[in-house]
Amino acid sequence: MIQHNLAISGATCQGCARKIIKALTAIDGVSEAEVDLEQQQVTIAADQGVTLAQMEQAIAEAGYAPASTDPDAAAPPSGPESTSTHSDVTLSITGATCAGCVRTIEEALRSTPGVKQAEMNFADRTALVTGSATAAELIKAVEEAGYGASETTLDDDGSEQEAREQAHYRQLLKHMWLGLGLGVPLMAWGLLGGDMMVRPGETSQWIWLAIGIATLAVLATAGRHFFTGAGKAFTNHNANMDTLIALGTGAAWLYSMVVVLMPGALPEAARHVYFEASAMIIGLINLGQALEVRARGKTSAAVRRLLDLGAKTARVIRDGQEQDIPVEQVQTGDRLRVRPGEKIAVDGEVQEGESRIDESMLTGEPMPVEKTVGDKVSAGTLNEAGTLIYQATAVGRDTALSQIVAMVKKAQGSKPPIGRLADQVSAVFVPTIMIIAVISALAWFNFGPDPRLTHMLISATTVLIIACPCALGLATPMSVMVGVGKAAEHGILIRQGEALQTSSKLDTIVLDKTGTITEGKPAVIDILCADGQHQDDLLRIAASLESGSEHPLAHAILREAESRNLPLQEASSFEALNGKGVTATLDGQRYRLGNRRWLENEGIRIAMDSDTLTDKGATPLFLANDQTLLGILGVADRIKSDSRDAIARLRDSGLKVIMITGDIQASADAIARQAGVDDVMAEVLPEDKAEKVKALQQEGRTVAMVGDGINDAPALAQADVSFAIGTGTDVAIESASITLMGGSLHGVADAMAISTATVRNIKQNLFGAFIYNSLGVPVAAGVLYPLTGSLLSPVIAGAAMSLSSVTVVTNANRLRFFKPGGKTA
Amino acid sequence: MSILINLAGLILIALIIWWFWMSRPGGRKPAAITSETTIIVDDGVYDPALIHARTGQPLTLHFERRDPSPCAEQVIFHGLDVSEFLDNGKVTTVTLKNPPKGEYRFTCQMQMYQGRLIVD
Repeated sequence: MIQHNLAISGATCQGCARKIIKALTAIDGVSEAEVDLEQQQVTIAADQGVTLAQMEQAIAEAGYAPASTDPDAAAPPSGPESTSTHSDVTLSITGATCAGCVRTIEEALRSTPGVKQAEMNFADRTALVTGSATAAELIKAVEEAGYGASETTLDDDGSEQEAREQAHYRQLLKHMWLGLGLGVPLMAWGLLGGDMMVRPGETSQWIWLAIGIATLAVLATAGRHFFTGAGKAFTNHNANMDTLIALGTGAAWLYSMVVVLMPGALPEAARHVYFEASAMIIGLINLGQALEVRARGKTSAAVRRLLDLGAKTARVIRDGQEQDIPVEQVQTGDRLRVRPGEKIAVDGEVQEGESRIDESMLTGEPMPVEKTVGDKVSAGTLNEAGTLIYQATAVGRDTALSQIVAMVKKAQGSKPPIGRLADQVSAVFVPTIMIIAVISALAWFNFGPDPRLTHMLISATTVLIIACPCALGLATPMSVMVGVGKAAEHGILIRQGEALQTSSKLDTIVLDKTGTITEGKPAVIDILCADGQHQDDLLRIAASLESGSEHPLAHAILREAESRNLPLQEASSFEALNGKGVTATLDGQRYRLGNRRWLENEGIRIAMDSDTLTDKGATPLFLANDQTLLGILGVADRIKSDSRDAIARLRDSGLKVIMITGDIQASADAIARQAGVDDVMAEVLPEDKAEKVKALQQEGRTVAMVGDGINDAPALAQADVSFAIGTGTDVAIESASITLMGGSLHGVADAMAISTATVRNIKQNLFGAFIYNSLGVPVAAGVLYPLTGSLLSPVIAGAAMSLSSVTVVTNANRLRFFKPGGKTA
Repeated sequence: MSILINLAGLILIALIIWWFWMSRPGGRKPAAITSETTIIVDDGVYDPALIHARTGQPLTLHFERRDPSPCAEQVIFHGLDVSEFLDNGKVTTVTLKNPPKGEYRFTCQMQMYQGRLIVD
């Protein structure tokens, strides 16, 4: 007889186990098979003649072969199917009433082309499918098998999750009542002078025995999860909060039971029972956990709100017919209609119609954005005015909204360096407390007054109960979670927790000019006319000359002409002279538009002053006909309307604000004056920007760089904290540690304000948690005994411990009400 | 008697140090190398708590959270910049595309749940 261990997969219930056993024992020579559902493993006792292949085949035929024994899956990676294009689809299954259905459904899913693995969880009626098959194909397969299915992402079932949380909350409250129901009367009895001592032979001994059994019942029901948790952790060489509670309450109960059963074995003064402590502690800690569940629900409110933005249904146009379908079923390439007041269902590109879309929920920008054919729209944004028809370009997890949620969730899980000490302490916390409890007990035994046994028990129990690893462990993550969520609400995506901490201690901020301080779009800001000339005439001529040009300045002139509804004239003999300007003929007349030196060289007298334009940071373009100058057009990249205010806010917070640009010094200075920055770095080539940032760092400064995230990548990478600004919903910019979806520099100031507030909150939490533990543990051990003449009650310790973690979570929740402020809008 | 009690206390301390710090779970028998596995999150422990993977291979971990307590709501892979929220009663899949060689801890936020990932 040989014993084999084989891996299985997808066996989730006893029904599956029975099926596997049946399949295996049907093989001649297999005498016994045992399925371990948790390990997904089957142990088989078989004769030597039975081959491994036979057994694997039996398991495969029963439908529970692991992926690795599946010949298709074991094939070397080839083609897109086996690379990262594999995605998980989670289906919510309806109509499955028995474990047998599970196999049918899994088989139906596995036989769908492209499916690598399919597992159904009968407990929550979901199926997890890995492979390249689309959700629609999978749903069809399940439906053909006679069941119902719909796609569910693990994120979007917020209400279900809430219901589970609610159920957990109610259970904790029930446990609390169980614990306190027994503990409070017992404690009241003790406080009101009732006898808590066991007197051998008296009736009270039997009463205490009954109470002891009742306490055991409370420990086994309301306290069950602490004991199972502690037990499992122990076998894994781990110790956690459950360990401390189980040890504390268990020790108190055990001691009391010894007192009840063998009072004679203990000195008379030590025959005190502590059943009330066990019951009370269990009750109080359940109460603390219930409060924590409530408080925690709020910390993830920001992500919930983002998730709630997603539309539930979409109006899809297929074969000329419009129908409302669940948003999960929309596929890339589908044409969709969105009516006024409706949400955009998936990311797409407008094909018909014009409308205004409120994107504030994603970008934080309050003004609605005009959308027309060719523009991109994002899932979760709100269509305000017209009807649009758009084509889906990204669905499901690929939409910008989903990516934002994913990014926020990821950042919420990361920790700034400030939390590392707490992490290191947490990792060794529980065993250390256990050691302190033993030392404390020994100290009382060796040096304490009588009754020494009682003192040993109380001090050790109280030390175990009062120590709160939770407060310490929660201090940083809770604040990060709320802070990162808060930032997301303002259109600020923080990529890592570390950026939070660094942002809070910056002293220098370098702002790229184009697109950061300025609009990034040159515009005609003024037109100076020679005597007898009119602005519109000059603009019409200039625009007609430039109509064939691709230069950014030409675009500015053409846009301005268009906005003034000026008709253009046909130009002939167009010529663009690099670094000089353009020339062309209109109605037989030759015109030139270009820089001063070129026109002067052509013999045209420049009798006008362009200083008023350069003072505004504009580039002057001189317009002349064959003989005379007609006027000067000032083209400038206007600064954003709120840049000045935002820069003032940054400076007020003590930062040195530096503008960096490739522009010539004079026009850079002009923009710098308008923006109100402290310093200017002009004529810097894009590739040298990183060097400039480095130079500032070498001066000992902590530098933030703000840019558009594409052209400035090296400088962003060099900076201590980098901001990509105005990315809209294109959030995949990896080079920046913080992405601002809105285009306003206020976002930078807001991000820094939120970071500072979050780090302050973390510090408060860490301070509180460290102080609580480092004061609480010695007091519990009895250092105050010489002063007070008594030991801290384990019940008080239980109350303090429950409150400490609630306090941390509540303090973190205060951040939700933080307003970065300062916006003029 | 008093010597015995003191001795018992010292032995207890030594046992705590040995059990929780010196001897590590799975330290003696290495876990089987896996590229995909399900980890049950329940009662304060990840089961299995030791994951052994190969470099250059994507690792897919299905976390099945059965513990409703909020402690279990997040898993963080230290040193890999990966974290994921685990929905209660659901399976959440964490895919590490190409984990670099090394030993990483994965824990809950408060580090009460503890697991180890060995990539070699």
